[in-house]
Amino acid sequence: MIKVLFFGRLRELLDCSQLEIKNFEQGTVAQLRIELANKGTQWAEFIAGNNALAAVNQEMVEETSMINSGDEVAFFPPVTGG
Amino acid sequence: MISVQEADFNLSIQYDMLRAKDNTDGAIVTFIGLVRDFNQGHDVTGLFLEHYPAMTAKSLEKISVRAKERFKVNQLDIIHRVGQLALGDQIVYVGVSSPHREEAFACAQFVMDYLKKEAPFWKKETRKEQQQDVWVETNKKDKEALKKWQ
Repeated sequence: MIKVLFFGRLRELLDCSQLEIKNFEQGTVAQLRIELANKGTQWAEFIAGNNALAAVNQEMVEETSMINSGDEVAFFPPVTGG
Repeated sequence: MISVQEADFNLSIQYDMLRAKDNTDGAIVTFIGLVRDFNQGHDVTGLFLEHYPAMTAKSLEKISVRAKERFKVNQLDIIHRVGQLALGDQIVYVGVSSPHREEAFACAQFVMDYLKKEAPFWKKETRKEQQQDVWVETNKKDKEALKKWQ
C-alpha cells in the first residue's frame, strides 16, 4: 500500500488531495505515473505529462527512483514560495 | 532556527535573536519578502500560500545545511508563512550572522534562490480583474537564479 498526495493547482484539477493504492508493492516513479494516468484525461495530462514534480517520503526524486510499499508519494506543480 | 507558520513575525525580535552571544560576528544580513500589489502583469489584492506540511520544514532544513556548509556563517534563521495573506504582508524571513558581510549577503541570497526553487510552497493570488483566484506560475528569473551557485 502507498499513499499518494497532490498539491496546489494539481490538487484542484484532479479534485483529489490524497489517495491510497492498496496493491502497490514496488515500482518506479515513472511506473506509478502510468498507473495514475489511466484514471482519466486530466490525470494523463498532468501526471503522465511533464507538469508535475514528484517526491517520495518528502524528498524530491527522479523518474527512475523506486517506490516501496509504505512510502508516501507526492505530485505537485513547480513551487512558487518565497 | 527554521519555522513554517501562519503567524506574522517581528524583525526586531528576529534581529535580537541573531545578535551574537559572543563577539565573533561582524555582520548581520536580513531579508524579508512581502506580498506585492503587482505580479506577472496582474493587479494583486491578496494571496493564499499552500504547502506540503510534512515536507516543508525538511526542505528548508536541507537548504540551511547546504548553506552552512558553503558559507562561513554562525547563525541562519528562516521563517516562511502559510495561509491567507494580504497586500504588504510579510511572507518570508532569512536572517544570517557571520564574521564578514560578504558571506552573510551571499548566504541569504543562496537560501532565497534555493527556497524559491525547492521548498514546497504554492501561491494562489486574488487578482482585481479575475473572479477566481489564480495559481502563480514559476518565472524564468527564479528558474535561472540557481545558475550562479553551480
